[in-house]
Amino acid sequence: MTDKKKSGCCEVALDEAAGLEQLRNAVELYRRKPGALIPILQAAQEIFGYLPESALRLISGELGKSYSEVAGVVSFYSFFSTTPRGKHLVRVCLGTACYVRGGKEVLDALRQKLGIEVGETTADRNFSLEVARCFGACGLAPVIMVDEDVHQRVKPRKVNEILDRYRTRQS
Amino acid sequence: MDKKYILVKDTRRAGSNQTEHFAGLLAAKIQASPAAEAVQVVRAADIGFYDQGLVLKFLPGGPVYLNVSEADLDRVVRETVVGGRVLEDLAAAGTARQLRVVLRNCGVINPENLEEYIRRDGYRALSRALFEYTPDKVIEEFKKSGLRGRGGAGYPTWLKWHLTRSVPGAEKYVICNADEGDPGAYMDRSILEGDPHSVLEGMIIAGYAIGANHGYFYIRAEYPLAIERIGKAIEQARERGLLGTGILGSDFNFEVDIRLGAGAFVCGEETALIASIEGKRGTPRPRPPYPSVSGLWGKPTSINNVETFANVPVVMTRGGDWFAGIGTEKSKGTKVFAVTGKVKNSGLVEVPMGVTLRQIVFDIGGGVRSGKKIKAVQTGGPSGGVIPEDRLDTPVDYENLQKLGSIMGSGGMIVMDEDDCMVDIAKFYLGFCVEESCGKCAPCRIGTYQLLKILERISEGEGRSEDLDRLRLIAQAMQKASLCGLGQTASNPVLSTLNYFETEYREHIQAKRCRSFKCRDLLTYSIIQSKCKRCRQCFLNCPVQAISGDREVGFYIQLDKCIKCGKCFEVCKFNAIARE
Repeated sequence: MTDKKKSGCCEVALDEAAGLEQLRNAVELYRRKPGALIPILQAAQEIFGYLPESALRLISGELGKSYSEVAGVVSFYSFFSTTPRGKHLVRVCLGTACYVRGGKEVLDALRQKLGIEVGETTADRNFSLEVARCFGACGLAPVIMVDEDVHQRVKPRKVNEILDRYRTRQS
Repeated sequence: MDKKYILVKDTRRAGSNQTEHFAGLLAAKIQASPAAEAVQVVRAADIGFYDQGLVLKFLPGGPVYLNVSEADLDRVVRETVVGGRVLEDLAAAGTARQLRVVLRNCGVINPENLEEYIRRDGYRALSRALFEYTPDKVIEEFKKSGLRGRGGAGYPTWLKWHLTRSVPGAEKYVICNADEGDPGAYMDRSILEGDPHSVLEGMIIAGYAIGANHGYFYIRAEYPLAIERIGKAIEQARERGLLGTGILGSDFNFEVDIRLGAGAFVCGEETALIASIEGKRGTPRPRPPYPSVSGLWGKPTSINNVETFANVPVVMTRGGDWFAGIGTEKSKGTKVFAVTGKVKNSGLVEVPMGVTLRQIVFDIGGGVRSGKKIKAVQTGGPSGGVIPEDRLDTPVDYENLQKLGSIMGSGGMIVMDEDDCMVDIAKFYLGFCVEESCGKCAPCRIGTYQLLKILERISEGEGRSEDLDRLRLIAQAMQKASLCGLGQTASNPVLSTLNYFETEYREHIQAKRCRSFKCRDLLTYSIIQSKCKRCRQCFLNCPVQAISGDREVGFYIQLDKCIKCGKCFEVCKFNAIARE
């Protein structure tokens, strides 16, 4: 396993003021480009790990767009989340190839082991569970993705072993 | 002279993996042979074959050897590496049928190295287009080639360009649709990751033909490596004067930006994709006007798929006539398919149009993994349909697949066997479409939901005799009345399974039986006393304590408590659990 420190979307947020400052810089970077809203939202989610209301308010003010327009875009795309996520994001692929090779059973096992439903986060804020539609790794089905690591040919019996690797890492 | 490569990969289960050991042995043997300088051994991370023992792949263009043993290595070096002869007993069947046009560079060059791309004729097409062709002549060449859109619908590429070019206006756009959302399809990802410059070059040529000076890559956020590689390719091209102002010293200017998808399947639809680049909710709008007339920011726009663009440089360098010589009467060239599901060798294959599904699944894919009987092949993702076993001899092209009630789609091909229930598969796709329907138009939003509810009812044993007619009725209304391609085709999985597997649907409704044992509510488990050894495994593993009894009297399943999870069936080593 690599000792990648940064795990993308799931890195826990820094404090809000610093985050907003960082977001202001991102807005400056994109604001003159046409269609800037989505790249800015993506940057904001990268900064906070999710999209807090304060960030959306700032973006709406800076871009001169109504809050409802910004919120409308956020709610449309499944990539955006307005609730904080756990330290590690577990995404189970339920694309067709994974589905016919038992992806649903893998999901059931994960729900049971983590004790949460899809879209929820464990009480210790360690894991969030989500379903994904195809990572394009169909030859390795069924796959799950934890943060940015793809785990291939996952068996329901083995999910705990995979989770353990993240439990011990950077707790 | 370019070096030859041998990719090595031990494809047995992890743990017994000896890739490194074999690669070392092979390299040592080659070092001692006359071919020492000309051949390099490379350990591969994924070679496209699985559970086939040690696999050797000779590049460029050589054979693939499966299940190679240590004892074979001397022979391989002597005959193939030095002698250039193919050892028929080791060679994978069917590799000969593949023809690599789009994937010509994938796995052959280092995708992050522009020099390697250029060495393989890279950007020659662009320079030829800029200095030897007028834009109209470029379009003419593509008309000759017969290249059609590889995103699924198969619209003639030249016509799309021609229409966009004919609309007056100085500001025009080219978009590369890399929002590969069909579950089970990953050819676009592989092309973007394996040969990003070919897609970029195709896009610049398209810009030249149309008269556009700006292009956008719209890439799924789920493909981080593809995004990184395209980003690098753009930078490299810019540094070398292949992008920007006055490309290669001509008077043509072209700039490119990347936009990331944000997890909405409908954004693969062109008008929704445009809305998304504009920073709005990705909902489609009625056509006409088509994007060729009014697209991005209301300007004429041509949207082409990744694989289409990867074909463009080849058509330019080898000529439209050469390209038109491959394939069938109406579908020219090759198509890349992602063959997955219950197939032995899952992976990407590229074949000339007109090869049959059976050849793809059996000769190249190696047949069904479990050794079970194949039931159907699904093509076209949620917009496509299933093709039953008895139609597998159909040559693959746009028209034929449509006649069978499916579509070419972007190229996903999912093999299903007897364990896959067709009602369940239809339900799976409808579940996908319910979630991904954008909700703008009622036929799609309500239709997908109602179809799903009926399918759920059928799979739970609550199906009614009139349900099949109702499914057809709703499906047809959606085809006619939905706003965009998603809704118009969302019912295809239902219609095609219903069309070919109506008996399965009827069994679910009338006999309350699922022959593939997928629909949980229709199953009953019981213990066959004559086979039971009273080992207690079922008793211990039942999650809801639905199994009662002891070693003296034997064990019994209490049906009122049983949740039909199948755990007992799984753990019983004596086949003493009956499932019907």
